[in-house]
Amino acid sequence: MTDTAITTRNLRKSFRRTEVLKGVSFDVRRGEIFALLGSNGAGKTTTIKILATLMRPDSGTSSVSGFDVAKSPDKVRQSISLTGQFTAVDEMLTGRENLHMIARLRHLDNHGGIAEGLLERFGLTHAADRSAGTYSGGMKRRLDLAMSLVGKPSVIFLDEPTTGLDPEARLQVWEMVKDLAKGGTTVFLTTQHLEEAEALADRIAILHEGRIVADATLTELKKLFPPAKVEYVEKQPTLEEIFLHMTRKEASRKEMQ
Amino acid sequence: MEARYFLSDMSVMLGRSMRHIFRSMDTIIKVALMPILFMLLFVYVFGGAIQSGTGNYVNYLLPGILLIAIASGIAYTAYRLFLDVQKGIFERFHSMPIAHSAVLWGHVLTSLVSNAISLVVIVLVALLMGFRSPAGILSWLAVIGILALFTLALTWIAAIAGLSAKTIDGASAFSFPLLFLPFISSAFVPTGTMPPAVRVFAENQPVTSIVDAIRALLSSQPVGHDIWIAIAWCVGIIAVAYVFAMRAYKRRVLSR
Repeated sequence: MTDTAITTRNLRKSFRRTEVLKGVSFDVRRGEIFALLGSNGAGKTTTIKILATLMRPDSGTSSVSGFDVAKSPDKVRQSISLTGQFTAVDEMLTGRENLHMIARLRHLDNHGGIAEGLLERFGLTHAADRSAGTYSGGMKRRLDLAMSLVGKPSVIFLDEPTTGLDPEARLQVWEMVKDLAKGGTTVFLTTQHLEEAEALADRIAILHEGRIVADATLTELKKLFPPAKVEYVEKQPTLEEIFLHMTRKEASRKEMQ
Repeated sequence: MEARYFLSDMSVMLGRSMRHIFRSMDTIIKVALMPILFMLLFVYVFGGAIQSGTGNYVNYLLPGILLIAIASGIAYTAYRLFLDVQKGIFERFHSMPIAHSAVLWGHVLTSLVSNAISLVVIVLVALLMGFRSPAGILSWLAVIGILALFTLALTWIAAIAGLSAKTIDGASAFSFPLLFLPFISSAFVPTGTMPPAVRVFAENQPVTSIVDAIRALLSSQPVGHDIWIAIAWCVGIIAVAYVFAMRAYKRRVLSR
């Protein structure tokens, strides 16, 4: 076993005449959080689909957990889990049934135990027997992530995991991603939010117009720019900080009563 | 890998979409209701004026009504497939080590089961309306076989629609022409009185042979070669639609 979890070399992919990936190469180390940062249409989802065995590149190679993605997709599928851009939960089933279903499809024993454990861990026990269609956006995303963790995959792909979530739910997802990485899981995530990459990632690759234009740790990236100039600027709270402050105050006020 | 888990994966898929059906009983009621209304309308409103050549018009009508029920029932298969593609559920399944054909077959089997439920309901209503059949167990089995083949044929057509539609309306719109086929066939009136062009179409489209075969089986008349034409139509449609559905599936889910 090497300490690289994901390797890609010179991936290219075109859709009709548009070349989306123009030779993408990077390595992701085992156990790290790797963020692929890029704007809409930069090719992030295409990259994730190729690595998750959903799409074949026109050329180039990639391997996940030591297995060649093109040659042994089944081996790759056993070690990965994909959380797509849209929450792929079955809204007609309850939270518990969704987890059972995935556990059975991963051919695991003890579905019950696995489901209970994940419901507990993702704070969904109280809603376990309600249909997922009645969940809030944040709860659906949590269930989605919980479903991805069934069977303890060693590599997790998260395609824009916090898109469409409110700030509170987004922070919860961030905490979960950090927990995962602490437990040794390799996390590959795409995002278009700079602060998300900054908050989570051990390493950041910037994908721009089909090419990786930077691939480094945040500290290294910052060094690429001229040394920081010290300026005194009045620190204004961001709207997000105000929002979180107000809603939490409201929540604790309710608890007091 | 694929083959070893095919049955267990498919049973999970089947269980999943059967839950969908039992949690939205309104879909089954909707599927059964329209054909039942047609049956009431044709028997109690038009029935007296229609010369079908048999004493009991319900007996004459039932096969066509069953086909209409199937044609409207499969629209839900297209609808469910469309939602699975759109919500990324197929992508999730596909990135897992499961037998991939089980994903589609789960939907197809569900279509068979849910249509069977609607058909049973309709036959029960027909019995109340005076439907009687002298057919023996073998003839009934043959009828069930033909209906299952017809359901499979239309289900694979529905799969093409569900997998390639761009909007939810598109996913179910394809079933309207299918609903009309029984009207331009021997399902409600004998084809003898139709103008030549319509008659040629009516007598040579799949519904007529299927209806005639089922009608003969249920009334213990000699079936002739209608049944073979009926089976040939169904098997032919299944073969062609299956190929196109698989192609649509690969294009849509695997983006290849």
